[in-house]
Amino acid sequence: MTREEIKDVILEIIADIDEEADFAQLDADAPLRDQLDLDSMDFLDIVMELRKRYKMQIPEEEYPQLATLTSCVNYLEPKLKDV
Amino acid sequence: MMNQHTEHQRIVITGVGLTAPGAANLTDFRANLLAGKSGISTIDLRYMGVHPAGLCTFAETRYRKKRENSRGTRAGCIGVYCANEALVDAGVDFSEYDRAATGVYIGLTEHGTVETENEVYNVGQYANDVNYWTHHHNPRTVLNNPAGEITMNLGITGPHYAIGAACAAGNAALIQGVQMLRLGEVDLALCGGISECVGSFGIFASFRAQGALAEHEDPTKASRPFDLDRNGIVISEGGCVFTLERLDRALARGAKIYGEITGYGMNSDARDFVLPYGPRQRQCMEMALKRADLRPADVTILNAHATGTKQGDIEECNAIRETFAGCENTWINNTKSSIGHAMGAAGVLELAGNLPSFADNMVHPTINLDNLDPECALPGLVANIPQQLPQVDAILNNSFGMLGINSVVIVERFVAN
Repeated sequence: MTREEIKDVILEIIADIDEEADFAQLDADAPLRDQLDLDSMDFLDIVMELRKRYKMQIPEEEYPQLATLTSCVNYLEPKLKDV
Repeated sequence: MMNQHTEHQRIVITGVGLTAPGAANLTDFRANLLAGKSGISTIDLRYMGVHPAGLCTFAETRYRKKRENSRGTRAGCIGVYCANEALVDAGVDFSEYDRAATGVYIGLTEHGTVETENEVYNVGQYANDVNYWTHHHNPRTVLNNPAGEITMNLGITGPHYAIGAACAAGNAALIQGVQMLRLGEVDLALCGGISECVGSFGIFASFRAQGALAEHEDPTKASRPFDLDRNGIVISEGGCVFTLERLDRALARGAKIYGEITGYGMNSDARDFVLPYGPRQRQCMEMALKRADLRPADVTILNAHATGTKQGDIEECNAIRETFAGCENTWINNTKSSIGHAMGAAGVLELAGNLPSFADNMVHPTINLDNLDPECALPGLVANIPQQLPQVDAILNNSFGMLGINSVVIVERFVAN
């Protein structure tokens, strides 16, 4: 997957969680939870959805790497390069 | 008669919010009951196939976003709708009541069965790898879930918890509310019952294994308590929440008063896991009558618990026949014939369906009585068409459950001292 495709996947998963999520003003380098109405359970929903879609196990200590949209893409890019 | 309690101790019902099979408010619910209209349709359940069931259609996103409904449970969704509808109906906006002095008491027959079955099925799709088990499982399945979802939605910071009392739970939650108001623990009580159990194949399968699951080619005819051709329970979902207040506060704010809870009783059979026991049911009704300071003949309407099982119906009829012998002005009906058995919501939904009788003086009928079982032929049984009365003064509501738990609530027409 390309970086752009990975970004779209993340936004699609967030949109499934909150259909009212507004990405128009989203700063890709600022924490997602500061900008969107997401809490810790929503964050775990994102992790679970990635697990279901790509059989990807994300260790808890690596959760901080999913904080921003850019860091998500950075973290997922090598894991999804063959998808 | 002069009420024994002061206005500070008299507890009145001032708001009703409900969703039942075929109706999402009290007006429509009452109209269906008086018209003898069944709310039963069918459900196609995993592993079970198609069976008669009572399903609810209501404005699920009127008071809560779709997102919260997805995160929570069906029971929570029903509860949030009913609680909000009750508050709107009661005209309570928390300008006169403190959210910290408001209690939420919700009766449940069971909770978590649906969510657990769904998750077991879900991990089955992933070779039973429990890494795919949802993190939502515990908050969804704790027993206080439906009551807790109500408090989160409404910002209520007083106590909330579930009353687990099998199918007597709705009445039990009402009784809890009355007691907490009389103790001064809260000033406003949101009390009721909820059931989401149509989502559980296990509950259907268990009733079927017990020989107690209703079957009929026409689902609207499947729920037929007291009828010789009855063959079991129709499982329904639903919910009903009442606002209960002390009379002095209700009068001070000019609240509409549906009725006054004057009597209640609860006891246990101490005998059997599933079989009901008439003599204990009779004691429970007598306990409630004594507390209300009423004679059996003072009861205008008795809403029977009867679910459409042969033994259960006969056992309750025997208890009623003995307690109400010679009571020519006591009329008996059964709401489950129209809406099926809403489990934890049954007691409160059935009471709600009868509450408007204080205003319209009608007794809604027991429907699907085509071939009355002689053992259920109670004098005063209102069959298939409503009964018009000069006045309705008292409603006695029976609600019994597995493990031998019995509950009776008496509501009287409100009369100021």
